[in-house]
Amino acid sequence: MATTTLHDAHHDAHPTGVMRWLTSTNHKDIGTLYLWFSFIMFLFAGGLAMLIRAELFQPGLQFFQPNLFNQFTTMHGLIMIFGAIMPAFVGFANWQIPMMIGAPDMAFPRLNNWSFWLLPAAASLLLMSFLMPGGAAAGGWTMYPPLFIQGGMSYDMTIFAIHIMGLSSIIGSINIITTILNMRTPGMTMMKMPIFVWTWLITAFLLLSAMPVLASAVTMLLTDRHFGTYFFNAAGGGDPVMFQHIFWFFGHPEVYIMILPAFGILSSIIPTFSRKPLFGYDSMVYATAAIALLSFLVWAHHMFTVGMPAASQLFFMYATMLIAIPTGVKVFNWTATMWRGSITFETPMLFAIAVVCLFTIGGFSGLVLAIVPVDIQLQDTYYVVAHFHYVLFSGAAMSIMAGVYYWLPKWTGHMYDERLGKIHFWLTTIAFNVTFFPMHFIGLAGMPRRIPDYALQFAEFNMLQSIGSFVLGASQLLFLYTVIKCIRGGATAGDRPWEGADSLEWTLTSPPPYHSFQTAPAFK
Amino acid sequence: METIEHVDTERYYVPAPSWWPLIGSIALLLLASGFVVLLQNNTFGAYVMIAGALILVTMLFGWFGTVIRESIGGLFNDQVDTSYRWGMGWFIFSEVMFFGALFGALFYSRIITIPELGDTDLLWPGFDAVWPSAGPGVKEAFAPMGAWGIPAINTLILLSSGATITWAHWGLKNNNRTQLKAGLILTILLGALFIGLQIHEYSTATFTFKTGIYGATFYILTGFHGAHVTLGAIMLSVILARVYAGHFTPERHFAFEAVSWYWHFVDVVWLLLFVFVYWLV
Ligand SMILES: [Cu+2]
Repeated sequence: MATTTLHDAHHDAHPTGVMRWLTSTNHKDIGTLYLWFSFIMFLFAGGLAMLIRAELFQPGLQFFQPNLFNQFTTMHGLIMIFGAIMPAFVGFANWQIPMMIGAPDMAFPRLNNWSFWLLPAAASLLLMSFLMPGGAAAGGWTMYPPLFIQGGMSYDMTIFAIHIMGLSSIIGSINIITTILNMRTPGMTMMKMPIFVWTWLITAFLLLSAMPVLASAVTMLLTDRHFGTYFFNAAGGGDPVMFQHIFWFFGHPEVYIMILPAFGILSSIIPTFSRKPLFGYDSMVYATAAIALLSFLVWAHHMFTVGMPAASQLFFMYATMLIAIPTGVKVFNWTATMWRGSITFETPMLFAIAVVCLFTIGGFSGLVLAIVPVDIQLQDTYYVVAHFHYVLFSGAAMSIMAGVYYWLPKWTGHMYDERLGKIHFWLTTIAFNVTFFPMHFIGLAGMPRRIPDYALQFAEFNMLQSIGSFVLGASQLLFLYTVIKCIRGGATAGDRPWEGADSLEWTLTSPPPYHSFQTAPAFK
Repeated sequence: METIEHVDTERYYVPAPSWWPLIGSIALLLLASGFVVLLQNNTFGAYVMIAGALILVTMLFGWFGTVIRESIGGLFNDQVDTSYRWGMGWFIFSEVMFFGALFGALFYSRIITIPELGDTDLLWPGFDAVWPSAGPGVKEAFAPMGAWGIPAINTLILLSSGATITWAHWGLKNNNRTQLKAGLILTILLGALFIGLQIHEYSTATFTFKTGIYGATFYILTGFHGAHVTLGAIMLSVILARVYAGHFTPERHFAFEAVSWYWHFVDVVWLLLFVFVYWLV
């Protein structure tokens, strides 16, 4: 046995067949698994969004009963966050971090495999819950008690799915953090790492801090549901608001978990296509760290209407506003990077510029929502829905698309079809804004979220949004087609298809060898 | 047949493909879905859980066995060793956060919820808002667990076990295998004694998990801690078995150190429990 292990350690080629995927210890294969898994989840949760928009196409109940509608909104949120966005970024971490720091692979290749294969287990619990008596969980992705304590067995399945996905995130983060701290090529000091690596280092720290807290919270939900405890029940001295505190202590860092790697992708793409080094590298690092630290001090801005003392509300309001400063530093740095650069507008750059603009809109609406008296008006309206889709779709998801176009030539050895990429970009960006920009207006006018019906005065905007969302959904099939086309063939990409790109992955062949860097590369 | 001299430890060891992670995922899926079924009062779920647990144990033996063989085969260079150190450190950090949230629930209910419920005179007139409390709606007489009986003894036990494991570590570093074995055996015995006393304490309690927020926070904190002590004792026993099998050298013994880090962590959690759950009531 021992000799087999030693023997296999010398194999430098992909195992073939299903073994390659089920038992992989290769960071690139596992990265591919993560990315495909997240894309499937993206299509599924996007499909749920289409159903939501179909119901909201016209006022009145059209297709779905309210309970089913609430299942759609709940599962859309949970699957997009835990199934689509987070795994996609871990896919990028897997592919890119070893190549960017000059390592042969991740620090713990077998754990890497485990952190991936836990996800299908968790996803099957979530998806199967639709088939259970009473349907899937319908209490909102935030899982607030008492609603979440009253539901049927699908709620237990959701809780265990969260446990397993949390374990996956914790294992994955330990792996990423160890890889970055211990596997860098000699000479690459911390302050010489690519920003993408920095943002993932800090994201992994946030995951390790936040996911165990979520695990505690859902464990207490479980004991309240089945073992007679009173954590979130005032009759026994518990408090449903306490759940919200614990949940958002996880939940707010979670939003940075979903945006910091996106910032890292932007910080890779913008200098490349501006043909200038990133402006303000050091301030970028410090801003990322500042955002991460502040993210632990702002959670209660999600709870301004639950009845907190005024002093707490003020504290959380000001702390939230403070985050605008490091975020602003980043936006200015990207803008300054582009300033007087010789810019070309290939698809990754188009996406990156769109993200800078649209994410900034989401950031500003976040500032609006940070103001306590305004938030009390806007709580649970479509303004909030508009805000977090500007941050999560045009921030996180579109950065993922930017990153896919940027690194696909490296991953596959082929150039993607630039014309199709640009069509995908314009369709996505326009349809996204048609879908979500009017939500600001109907939210300000008072349309509540998570309700399958609405007052007549919102009819025009809702129909427009639904049309936008169908186009947005359909254009992602074009994305799928473009990616598959690129995998199957296309113009040969050299080692460095983008002339402005200078991090270590571009010194490898396209596609890269099985063990990325057999020996540590020289680093200036 | 290849031999160890063939291995180039200049390179970071990247293991061959492995089935264990996938098997571990299947085990957890069985455990979770079995639990869901069991919670519907369907005993079939128990069988699914047992199957999941057996597969999980098999996976742990297989996976750790592979790692141990690789380690003894000399495949791990210093850089791999450092990776394991970082990995274990960050794992313990995530455990700290897990317990941190449970302590947060305790402090929140003591400092915020209970006093607030005392102010809601219209809803629950006459509620005496002092800790320990089972809340206004749970009419159950109970006596809180005192600090100076078993809990104080348990504190002494765990603190001594922290000393004995350090003593064992000195033995290992000075290549005194007798001291190493004695220290480990003492540590395991102290851990077992702690768990025994904890079970005895539970059996004498006048309250349950259902006794309002006091019972809930008491049992979830001490229960998860007890589970961690049990796991730690099991890991120490594995280390002891490996010592008898001749594993570990004075220079290379990270598995021992990892378990002792874990043991010290569990020790610190207990100190916080002793102060905030038992003592300052
Ligand atoms: Cu927030």
